[in-house]
Amino acid sequence: MLSRQGRPTIPDAAAPDAASAAEHHTFTGNRALQQIEPLLFEIGSTERCGVDLDEPAPFTARLGGLEAAAPVDLPALSEPETMRHFVRLSQKNYGIDTGMFPLGSCTMKHNPRLNERMARLPGFADVHPLQPVATVQGALAVMDQLAHWLLTLTGMPAVALSPKAGAHGELLGLMAIKAAIAARGEGKTRDVVLVPESAHGTNPATAALLGFRVKSVPARADGAVHLDDVAGLLGPDVAAIMLTNPNTCGLFEPQIVEIAAALHAAGGYFYCDGANFNAIVGKVRPGDLGVDAMHINLHKTFSTPHGGGGPGAGPVVLSERLAPFAPVPFVRKGADGQLALVEQAGEGSAAQAFGRLTAFHGQMGMYVRALSFMLSHGGEGLRQASEDAVLNANYVRASLADLLTAPFGDRPCMHEALFDDAWLKDTGVTTLDIAKALIDEGFHPMTVYFPLVVHGAMLIEPTESESKVSLDLFIAAMRDLAMAAKRGDVARFTGAPRHAPLRRLDETRAARQPVLRWTRPLPVA
Amino acid sequence: MRYLPLSGADREIMLERVGVRAVDALFADAPADRLLDEAPDLPRRKGEMAVERELGGLAARNLSAGSVPFFLGAGAYRHHVPATVDHLIQRSEFLTSYTPYQPEIAQGTLQYLFEFQTQVAALTGMEVANASMYDGSTACAEAVLMAQRITRRKRAVLSGGLHPHYADVTRTVCGFAGDSITSLPPDVAASEDIISQIGPDASCVVVQSPDAFGNLRDLAPIADAAHRAGALLVVVVTEAVSFGLLQSPGAQGADIVVAEGQSIGNALNFGGPYVGLFAARSKFVRQMPGRLCGETVDAEGRRGFVLTLSAREQHIRRDKATSNICTNSGLCCLAFTIHMTLLGGHGLHQLARINHANAVALADRLAALPGVTVLNRSFFNEFTVKLAGRDAAEVVERLAARGILGGVPVSRLLPGAGLDDLLLVASTEVNTDEDRAALADALAAVLGEIVSC
Repeated sequence: MLSRQGRPTIPDAAAPDAASAAEHHTFTGNRALQQIEPLLFEIGSTERCGVDLDEPAPFTARLGGLEAAAPVDLPALSEPETMRHFVRLSQKNYGIDTGMFPLGSCTMKHNPRLNERMARLPGFADVHPLQPVATVQGALAVMDQLAHWLLTLTGMPAVALSPKAGAHGELLGLMAIKAAIAARGEGKTRDVVLVPESAHGTNPATAALLGFRVKSVPARADGAVHLDDVAGLLGPDVAAIMLTNPNTCGLFEPQIVEIAAALHAAGGYFYCDGANFNAIVGKVRPGDLGVDAMHINLHKTFSTPHGGGGPGAGPVVLSERLAPFAPVPFVRKGADGQLALVEQAGEGSAAQAFGRLTAFHGQMGMYVRALSFMLSHGGEGLRQASEDAVLNANYVRASLADLLTAPFGDRPCMHEALFDDAWLKDTGVTTLDIAKALIDEGFHPMTVYFPLVVHGAMLIEPTESESKVSLDLFIAAMRDLAMAAKRGDVARFTGAPRHAPLRRLDETRAARQPVLRWTRPLPVA
Repeated sequence: MRYLPLSGADREIMLERVGVRAVDALFADAPADRLLDEAPDLPRRKGEMAVERELGGLAARNLSAGSVPFFLGAGAYRHHVPATVDHLIQRSEFLTSYTPYQPEIAQGTLQYLFEFQTQVAALTGMEVANASMYDGSTACAEAVLMAQRITRRKRAVLSGGLHPHYADVTRTVCGFAGDSITSLPPDVAASEDIISQIGPDASCVVVQSPDAFGNLRDLAPIADAAHRAGALLVVVVTEAVSFGLLQSPGAQGADIVVAEGQSIGNALNFGGPYVGLFAARSKFVRQMPGRLCGETVDAEGRRGFVLTLSAREQHIRRDKATSNICTNSGLCCLAFTIHMTLLGGHGLHQLARINHANAVALADRLAALPGVTVLNRSFFNEFTVKLAGRDAAEVVERLAARGILGGVPVSRLLPGAGLDDLLLVASTEVNTDEDRAALADALAAVLGEIVSC
C-alpha cells in the first residue's frame, strides 16, 4: 500500500527491528521525541533574563547596610528557552494522563481540569489569608462546605482542616490525643502507641516524634490485625492505636469495631490512618466504627493532583472527645450569619486548642479542588466511585490469580490487590524486575516491597478511573510478563527498562557520594 | 458520571469474572450493620456548568487582591507571576505524576528538584537545600527539631521578630516533641537583646530577617554568639524576593535557613498551598528532614537523578526517622524553579530593587500624613506604621469599605499585645504610584473619621 506521495506506508520488512534501532546512535544523542536536556545552569547565563523589568525611579535605599555586594550567581533562561527546557523535562515524566498508574496506597486517580480552573478563579487564588474576614466570606464558605461534606461522609462530629499532608494530619491527630490524655491527668503514664507492622512508615515516625513509645502489633497470616493481639497489649500505658482501614494489605479490618471497643474500654483512643478512605466513601462511615481521629488525604480520595510529590492536604476528622483540642484556625458561623475565623488558641471556643500547625489557614487551593470533585460526583457518585475502585481491584486480582500468588489466598480485596513474590521463586526474576519490565510495557509500576509484612509485595491500585479496556491491557501485559518469568526469559527483566528515557539508576552511588546541587565548573587554566 | 469509565455492562462482566453477584459481596469484611444501604445525604452530582456556577458564586464573594490597591504582606506577598509558570506547572506530566520513586520515568521531576535545590542553596548562601517542605512555618519547626538532633540540647530561643504564626507552630510542634522554647516578647523596633538569651543549654536561636515588622537584622553578631555557645543560628525569611537584594543568611553565618518560597512563582491562595525552603551546611545533611534529590548515572553511564539519603526518611527508618514528612510541595516548588529560571540572579536583583523602591516611596508618602509614623529604620518591601492612637484593625476595615486592602493590623497576629495601633504595610512590584496615592488619601480620610482609642 502506498501513501499519496507514493511511499510505502508500512515499514519495509527488511527494516531494522526495535532492538537494533535502540542501538543506533544519533549525533546529538536525541532520539526523535526523546530530547536530552542539560541542566538549566548549563544552558543559561547571567546575562539573560526571561522577565522584562523596568528601572525603578531613583530612591534612597533603607537597607541598613545589609545589601549584598552583587546579585546571586544564578543563570537565567529567556522565555522561549524556559518553555522548551521545562516541556522537555516534562516529557521524561509519567503521569496519570499518560497511562495506567496502579501505584498501590497512593491512589492515582483522574485529576479533573475543572478543579484546576476553579482553584484559579481570582476570588480563590488571588486572595490574601489576612484580608478582613468580611472580604473573604466566599473562601470561608468553601471551608465550611468542605467540612460539611467530610463530616457527612465520615459520620464524625468535627474536622480540623489545616494539615498540609497526610503525615501532617497524623501529627494533628496524635497531638489532640496527647492533649486529651494530659487533660485527663494521665500525660505521664499513658505514653504507648500501638502500630501494626503493616502500617505506613509515617505512623511510627509521627508517634516517635511526639515522644510516644511505639509498640508493634504483629502481622498475622491473614493480613488482618487481630483483637487478641491488640487486647494483649492494652493497658493503662496505652494512649492510642494507629490503624489503617482499609489496611495496607488492601483488606477491610474485620475486627475493627471490636478493637475500637476494647481500646476505648482500656482508656485509649483510636487513630485511623485514612489513606485508604477512597475505598469506602459512601459505603461505610468511620464514625460508625469507633474512630476518634482520622486524616483524609484530599490528594488521594478527592483527587487534588499529586503534582510529583505535593502539595497535599490532610484534614482530620475528630470525635466529640477530641474536638475541643483541635488546633486553630477554624471557621465558626456567627450570630449574624457571617462566617468568622478563630485564629488564637487559648481563648473562647479555642480555649482548649492545643496550638497551631501551620501559618494561615491550610491548603485553600486543595479545598477548592476537593470540593469541586465532590460537587461533581454528588453523594451517589462518590459511592459509585468507591464501588468501581473496589471492583476494578478485584477484577485485576481475579484475572491474575492463576499466575501470581496472593498472600491471603482468594479472599476479595478492597481498592487494591496485593500479590507476593512466591510465584517468582527460582525464576531469577524479582519484584523490582517486574516493576521495571512494566515500565517498558508502558505502565507505571505498582507499589513494590510495601507493605513490609509481605515478601516481595506488589500492591496494585487501579482506582475507579480505569476503563475495562485499560484494565484488560494491563492484565494481558502482566500475564505475558508472568509467563515470560516462569519460562526463564530473565534477560527481558534484568535489562529493563530499555525504552525509558534512562536505564536503571545507580542509587548506591548517589547515596555514597552525594551530589545535591550543581556547581559552576572551575575555569580551565 | 463523567469521571467514571465503567458502564453497567462492564460491571456485570467484571463481577462475573470476580465470581460475585453484587459489589456488596466485596465489602463482606465490613460489619453488615455498619454498611450503608444508600448514598449519603448529600447533593446530587453536577455537570461542569453547575459546578462553575456554584463555586464561581463563592469566589465572587471574595474581594480579590488584583481588583483593588493592595498592600498586605505579613508572610504572604502578591507578586506578578509570568504566564509561562502557570502554563508549565499544568503540564500533565508534572501535574499528574507521583513522588519520583521510579526514577527512569520521573527524570522530569527529579531534574527540576535538583535545579530547585541548587537555586535555593545559592539564594540562601548555604551548601545544601532539600526538595522543599510544606511551607515556611512548618519548615521553621523542623529546623528547630533538627538543631535539637545536632546539638542534643532541648531549648530553642525564638526572636520576638519571628512571625507570630511561625512562633506558634514551632512552640506547638517542638513543645509536643519535648523541647522547651524561650520566646522573646514582640520586638517591634528590632531592639531585643537576644544574645544574652543564648545559654549553654540552647540548641538554636531563631531569627527572622526581614523580621515580622519589616526590620532588617544584622545576623552576623548573633551567629558569632550562637556559635561561641555551641548553638546553631536558624534564619527565617518569609519574603523570598528579599534574597535578591540582601546579604544572604549563609554569608552572615546561618547554620540552617528556612524560608517561605510563595513569593516566587506562587499565588496568594488564601494562605496555601505554599512552598517551604530548607537549606543548611553540608555537614548537617544527614540530619535534614524531607526529600533530597541527588545526581548519579544510569546503567549506560548517562547522568540522571534519584531521591537519595532516604535512610533518614520515615518509609525506611519508621520510628527512627529524622521527620515524619512524606510529601514535599512539588508543584509549588516547580513554580518557584520556573520563575527563578526566568529571573536568574540578575532578574531577581532587579525585581528586589523595584520592590524596595516602591516600599520606600510608600513609606515616604505615608510618613508625610499627620498621625502616621513609620517605625522602621530599615526595611525591604514591608514596614510598620503607627497610627497615633487609632485601632489599626478598624482602619483596615474602613479602608476595605473604600475599596483598598491597606495592610495587616498587627493585632490580627498578636491580639492582646498592646500593639493595636500598628499596621503592617507592604508594597511590591504590583503596586503603581496611583495605588500608593489612593492608599495615602484614603488613610488620611479614615484617620480623620476615627476618634483616638
